[in-house]
Amino acid sequence: MMGLFLEDVDEGLAVDLGSYHFTRDSIIAFARKYDPQPFHLSEEGGSRGPFGGLSASGWHTAAGWMKCYVKANDAARAKLEAAGNVLPELGPGPGFTNLKWLKPVYPGDTLRYSCRVTGKRDLASKPKWGIVFSMNEGINQKGELVYSFEGKVLTARLPSP
Amino acid sequence: MSDLLHFEDYAAGQVIDLGTYAVTAAEIREFASEFDPLPFHLDEAAGRASLLGGLAASGWHVCSMLMRMIADSWLNKSASMGSNGVSEVKWLKPVFAGETLSGRVTIVSKRVSSKRPEMGIFECLFELFNQEGVKKTEMTAVVFMRVKAA
Repeated sequence: MMGLFLEDVDEGLAVDLGSYHFTRDSIIAFARKYDPQPFHLSEEGGSRGPFGGLSASGWHTAAGWMKCYVKANDAARAKLEAAGNVLPELGPGPGFTNLKWLKPVYPGDTLRYSCRVTGKRDLASKPKWGIVFSMNEGINQKGELVYSFEGKVLTARLPSP
Repeated sequence: MSDLLHFEDYAAGQVIDLGTYAVTAAEIREFASEFDPLPFHLDEAAGRASLLGGLAASGWHVCSMLMRMIADSWLNKSASMGSNGVSEVKWLKPVFAGETLSGRVTIVSKRVSSKRPEMGIFECLFELFNQEGVKKTEMTAVVFMRVKAA
């Protein structure tokens, strides 16, 4: 988690993850591969669909968050490493809860994503690891909250002395 | 289109087969390069050295592959109105290159929206398995579908 060991991750830690721009082409390319419903593939399909126009697959919105998270995580790790710190092994995520697509994402929208730590706990099954819980959001260029979910990521504990 | 299935055409408890999806190393790397460029999603050796134990698909890629199966096998044959969210996804086990996923959805419950009588709401349990029947991912989510009678 941002280059920190479990013990160093504090509840309330908030990270601006940067932004991701949704072009018409990228919306359609993603939908062709993974979500070929008419309202994600063309303006015509979008105008007949539930979102009032061509809109991004919700999984494209979700993947945009991940892209920004990895970039911010890489930058945080590079900074800590340059300062001579030992970095924790990267951990995967076991899943997430309460993912909400609150408003459609349209071509030309730019989402700014964020991540805020809401808690952490030890992991009984893996003594070298814990879980960090987070609240994550995506806000569009009009300041509207369009996306949120509660995330989890496995985070390495400090090595035993 | 009148040949599409609607809210009334599905029953609570119904199980729909979502077909299969062959997971390739090339596609795992392609998705990860664009959206989740962590070493264990890009490199076989890094995957083996990680908690995942091999070159494994990004969890967001797994959700996207599941979405493709849902669109092809169910929603594009129906008057889908999309979804507004997912209650929970459990990435139970890593999805590796070379595996073939199969999926199914169970309609757990159904009701007509109280605010929008033209829209029905399904609560669904989606499950993904590998070719040996090992469950890899579970997702609980709603799907909106047009009501024919409205």
